[in-house]
Amino acid sequence: MPSNGAKSILRFEHVHVSFDGVPALEDLSFEVCEGEARIILGAAASGKTVLLKTALGLVRPDSGSVYLFGENITRLTEHQLFDIRSRIGMLFQEGALFDSLTIEENVAYPLMNQKAIHCPAGEVAGRVKEALHFVELDQTLARFPSELSGGMRRRAAIARAVVSEPPLLLYDSPTAGLDPITAHTIVALIIKERDVSDTTTLIVTHRYQDGNLVANFRYNPDNGQLVPARGNGHQPQQRTKFMVLREGKLLFEGTQAELEASGDPYISKFRRQTGG
Amino acid sequence: MPSVIVSVILAVQEFYVLTGRALRNVFREPHYTDDIILQMDSIGVGSLLIVILTGFFSGAVMTLQLARALARWGQQGQVGTAVSLTLVRELGPALTALMVAGRNSSGMASEIGSMKVTEQIDAMRALGTDPIQKLVTPRLIATCVVLPLLTVIADFVGMFGGYVVAVLLVDLNGRRYWTTVWQALGWDDFAQGLLKPFVFAFVVALVGCYYGLRATGGTQGVGRATTQAVVLASVLIFVLTFFLTRIFTSQLVSSS
Ligand SMILES: Nc1ncnc2c1ncn2[C@@H]1O[C@H](COP(=O)(O)OP(=O)(O)OP(=O)(O)O)[C@@H](O)[C@H]1O
Ligand SMILES: [Mg+2]
Repeated sequence: MPSNGAKSILRFEHVHVSFDGVPALEDLSFEVCEGEARIILGAAASGKTVLLKTALGLVRPDSGSVYLFGENITRLTEHQLFDIRSRIGMLFQEGALFDSLTIEENVAYPLMNQKAIHCPAGEVAGRVKEALHFVELDQTLARFPSELSGGMRRRAAIARAVVSEPPLLLYDSPTAGLDPITAHTIVALIIKERDVSDTTTLIVTHRYQDGNLVANFRYNPDNGQLVPARGNGHQPQQRTKFMVLREGKLLFEGTQAELEASGDPYISKFRRQTGG
Repeated sequence: MPSVIVSVILAVQEFYVLTGRALRNVFREPHYTDDIILQMDSIGVGSLLIVILTGFFSGAVMTLQLARALARWGQQGQVGTAVSLTLVRELGPALTALMVAGRNSSGMASEIGSMKVTEQIDAMRALGTDPIQKLVTPRLIATCVVLPLLTVIADFVGMFGGYVVAVLLVDLNGRRYWTTVWQALGWDDFAQGLLKPFVFAFVVALVGCYYGLRATGGTQGVGRATTQAVVLASVLIFVLTFFLTRIFTSQLVSSS
């Protein structure tokens, strides 16, 4: 495992997960360090969602250990896990906004319900507004999730994930099912969050170009645009690593250059989607 | 061992774990009082009309049948006794629970099931809320409070239905009907008539929530969970009626 002194945020050690005897993750080991962005590629049903849920302690491994912020969470009870989870933001695959709550209540939910986050009641409304402004959804506070478009829902869900300013963010297929332009906006938001708040980020995706953007672009706070990251001291490429899952097994882990050099047909299948 | 038996045993075990956790949360912070009230409203007020209708007509139809049957022995005057005993001891609790199961076990299964398949349950857990505490315990408490009340209402409306039929169709004396109705009832009838709905409340709420929480596979899975919840809850109500009645009758026999 690469240890250049950076703090370990998430570590899997020989993790096995299975459902009714069918393995979903097999002998999975990897480590994500502070400030890193990790792109997780894999075909449908390769175990990407299960990986993120295991990282959060929502799914318990059959064997192996998961470490979050250096602490072994494998044997913690549900109530003990609540504290650690409050330091992680998660975007679920379909957003998972609570459909009985308004957008405002949804985004306020982490602040109001996570005991470890001591957010004074008077500040909740302000922080919710701020988070919704971050995802450019200022006008939707009183609406219900069912009244929003798919892309807006995804953005509202991102607002809910980042509102408590967690140091670790997990995004499950943030661009799936969106048109290319909306997908680009979403990835831009993810990059913005990474660069503005310095979060460690895990991104599950089918689309190689999402990873390419995250690896090679940075958010420019001056004009609010994505700009190529090469030169001028910014090197997100070195902070971005790729992982490829196949049928629950880790097939590849490395940098973008290593990924592009790989001759494995399963891996190059993802690369080809860039169309260039 | 056949896998069917294994999965049944596992399901029963899961059900017990759910029951245990739901009960433990009754005494544990945080209490979601708003959710309890919301559920009481949905179960109680929402089911009131069908409970009144079924109560009224079951009392009415019983009176029709019993009046004819009792007339053969010249005991038509005792129709109130028979109606009131059957209603308070058996039909009131069972019919009310069946109605509420059809309306609310299914409602709980589909509501919680669709939260499950859209990952809202996972999101809840990720955001520091125990879904059992937030979703199951309020439904259990609300049902335990509301179902006995609904049963009492159904009992009275049923007696009233019997009265209407007795006076209008069978041509009995109304005052005599009510006297026989009241005289028939003893304390153990009330105990039985209130304990049963309390037990059925556990069945209605927990079976609904159980199937909701284990729903998988999109909207189809939610539909399946809903149907299974109503079927199992209804069957359990009948089976439990038998055993509870058995316990009460054997007690009477041994004490007399
Ligand atoms: N709760 C569960 N119960 C049973 N099986 C599950 C469960 N969750 C996941 N699986 C199984 O685990 C495997 C991996 O699923 P997972 O959701 O991680 O796939 P994925 O890589 O996220 O796919 P997609 O890109 O379609 O979202 C699948 O075969 C799935 O059927
Ligand atoms: Mg997935």
